[in-house]
Amino acid sequence: MSSKVRLILDGFVKNNPTFVLLLGMCPTLATTTSAVNGLSMGLATLFVLVLSNMAISAIAPVVPDKVHIPVYIVVIATFVTLLQLLMQAYTPAVYETLGLFIPLIVVNCIVLGRAEAFASRNGVIASAADGIGVGLGFTLALTVLGAVREILGSGSIFGWKFIPGDGMLAFVMAPGAFICLGYLMVLFNKYLKKE
Amino acid sequence: MVAVLSLTCLLCSAILGGAYALTKEPIEKAAADKTARSIALVVPEFDSVSEEKAAILDGKEYKYYEAVRDGAPVGYAIVSKAGGFGGDIVLMVGLDTAGVVCNTSVLSHSETPGLGAKCTSDEGFIAQWKGFDPSVKILSVKKDGGDVDAITASTITSRAYAKAVGTAVDVFKSINGVKVDASTGASVKPMEEPENEQ
Repeated sequence: MSSKVRLILDGFVKNNPTFVLLLGMCPTLATTTSAVNGLSMGLATLFVLVLSNMAISAIAPVVPDKVHIPVYIVVIATFVTLLQLLMQAYTPAVYETLGLFIPLIVVNCIVLGRAEAFASRNGVIASAADGIGVGLGFTLALTVLGAVREILGSGSIFGWKFIPGDGMLAFVMAPGAFICLGYLMVLFNKYLKKE
Repeated sequence: MVAVLSLTCLLCSAILGGAYALTKEPIEKAAADKTARSIALVVPEFDSVSEEKAAILDGKEYKYYEAVRDGAPVGYAIVSKAGGFGGDIVLMVGLDTAGVVCNTSVLSHSETPGLGAKCTSDEGFIAQWKGFDPSVKILSVKKDGGDVDAITASTITSRAYAKAVGTAVDVFKSINGVKVDASTGASVKPMEEPENEQ
């Protein structure tokens, strides 16, 4: 059991998809204008990652090598579309905010990356643990990045405004995303990854 | 190889077909709820709302809803749009029967977060539409000589917003024009000069 816990922790720190592996940069930069947006995007990816990891590890032994990429993409796309329908039905407000970035989870390299590198070679439960770890690592990174950008750019956190007026608007826009991501990466690698 | 691929696709499409059928109703309900909420937000107190209607203005079709109280119309909720900074800003604009704007609500937009996107949160900007009378006030931003307070650093968004409200006012006129002329058989009353030319 401890090996599964180890897998989850690895996804968080050692294999953190955003700060260490530098995967999935497009949604990372685009959807983290606020902490809530970052958190929602992270959880949406976590959902797809866990389910696709489990499904792919289950079918991997019977999938011939020549068609494994198309099969994996079809499986991932199925879960993304499922998520899209569910969000549209039950959380329409979140769905509208994240908009285009939900269908784009299909081509998020974290999902296919974990399918290739981990799920296709490991068991269902281990793959689920890996999905949870990497998914939570991604969620954490996006939420922190979103929170920093929201604090600096809008003077609020999780929608709660503590500085009246405008913040530094550059942080809400694309350049601020790059700057924040860069500094967070430095801090993360200096203080956490070492251990 | 082909068998595995076909089987995967078949299975996946079956799952999605099922999910689509199951979520179809909640999705439609969520969309209808959203429309109902924004109608309620923008028109005077009412006890029923008409089905979606369409008005034609300059060859374009605009959707609108009529709010009715005690059998008489009390206001109209008109869907109009204008191109903003990042794409179309789609508004639900409510007008009472005298043509005064009651309130507005943003249905969708893709403006810059922290700048133009404030058209959904800037209190001063939103509040000015309540009771905005287009026959007295000029529907363009102050920078262009009008009476609309623009959002700080988002003139393009504010302009588009004012333009969309202006379109709704024109649609309102054409709706009432159709009604007035219904007995004479005329279909659409010729467009009046927009108020902001005064």
